[in-house]
Amino acid sequence: MSAISYAECSARERLALLLDPGSFHEWLPPSERLASPHLAQLGVPSAFDDGVAIGRATLAGRSVFVAAQEGAFMGGGVGEVHGAKLVGLLQRALRDRPAAVLLLAESGGVRLHEANAGLIAVSEVMRALLDLRAAGIPTLVLIGGANGCFGGMGIVARCADRIVMSDTGRLAMSGPEVIEASHGVDEFDARDRALVWRTTGGKHRWLSGDCDLLVEDDVQAFRDAAIAVLSAPDAARPVTLDALEAEHALLAARLAAVPQDTWGRHGEDDAVHYWRGLGIAEPARIPDMDVAAVRGLDPAGRR
Amino acid sequence: MSDITPGLETLDYSFPGRRPAGTFAPVLVGVVGSGNLEVLLEPAAGNDCAVRIETSARGFGPIWDAVVRDFHQRHGLAGVRVSVNDMGATPAVVSLRLDQAVAELKT
Repeated sequence: MSAISYAECSARERLALLLDPGSFHEWLPPSERLASPHLAQLGVPSAFDDGVAIGRATLAGRSVFVAAQEGAFMGGGVGEVHGAKLVGLLQRALRDRPAAVLLLAESGGVRLHEANAGLIAVSEVMRALLDLRAAGIPTLVLIGGANGCFGGMGIVARCADRIVMSDTGRLAMSGPEVIEASHGVDEFDARDRALVWRTTGGKHRWLSGDCDLLVEDDVQAFRDAAIAVLSAPDAARPVTLDALEAEHALLAARLAAVPQDTWGRHGEDDAVHYWRGLGIAEPARIPDMDVAAVRGLDPAGRR
Repeated sequence: MSDITPGLETLDYSFPGRRPAGTFAPVLVGVVGSGNLEVLLEPAAGNDCAVRIETSARGFGPIWDAVVRDFHQRHGLAGVRVSVNDMGATPAVVSLRLDQAVAELKT
């Protein structure tokens, strides 16, 4: 059977293909019509689920709670109701203690049409996610949608225990257009797709140590990865002082890989230069390498 | 200046059906993305097929009318509520989504 592209699936198709067949039980389904109270006032159509499906399911027989964001609706933007559904799912997980919580993230961040409500919602999602980590319930974020995972949802993703990404997935805080708008096209040309993927794509995140598993753009590969991550004894990573110090050490090593006195003067592409700093022998080849080859590099030494 | 006011347009239709849909779990197909739409099919009391459209593309009432009538002519569902959130889908896409929803209903 040929691979089914994770990027090309809708949120609901991902749920149907990633979880055990027929196991997804949705909470607040579309027939509840829990839509945005703000969009209609702005002349923008609502979605019956406000762009996110939440519920419980099983994954390889284990009970999980899961949320999937629909990137095609408002770029997966987090509005008031969308955010409240995520928070409700996470808080219920704290009460009911499923084996894990999966977030199939695809989002440009806060939905600007309802910005204040969306910002508050994202901060509540972060708090609820960190509460789950403190409780030792594994949280896993899957990133492989065409819209990537940006803005507030980029931060949410890095608050989770584990991240699985495809090479076509993207993860960052400010999106390419935002960086270009604030710092100019000389700093970042958002139309340069190769540059966008070199600096936010799955390969870069894997090499940097920002994601735990790099997979092909294939729903089955995401399912296998999710099962593998959740089967590992260290699936949950409670936020401890040691864990935070390790995180800071990772950031310091990243900075050391590209000494500040070489910034803008190293004569090669920034991402390639950074990969070289990580000790990769032929960093210019990374964009052309397949996922398996990039996985084999593992400069962060995770295995 | 256009005489079309801004905001969403809501269109309601109701037709007497001839094929009772019976009870079924609500069906959702499509997404509210640019040039796309979502269709929600639910069981309803009575023998009518009630259709409600919410669309961001105002002023296309006669075209919706034709597309929805064609749909009802094809399927003639009775006891069904059809709800559509549209973001500027073309008539062909609308017809395909409506047919997709009915196909899901039958599986």
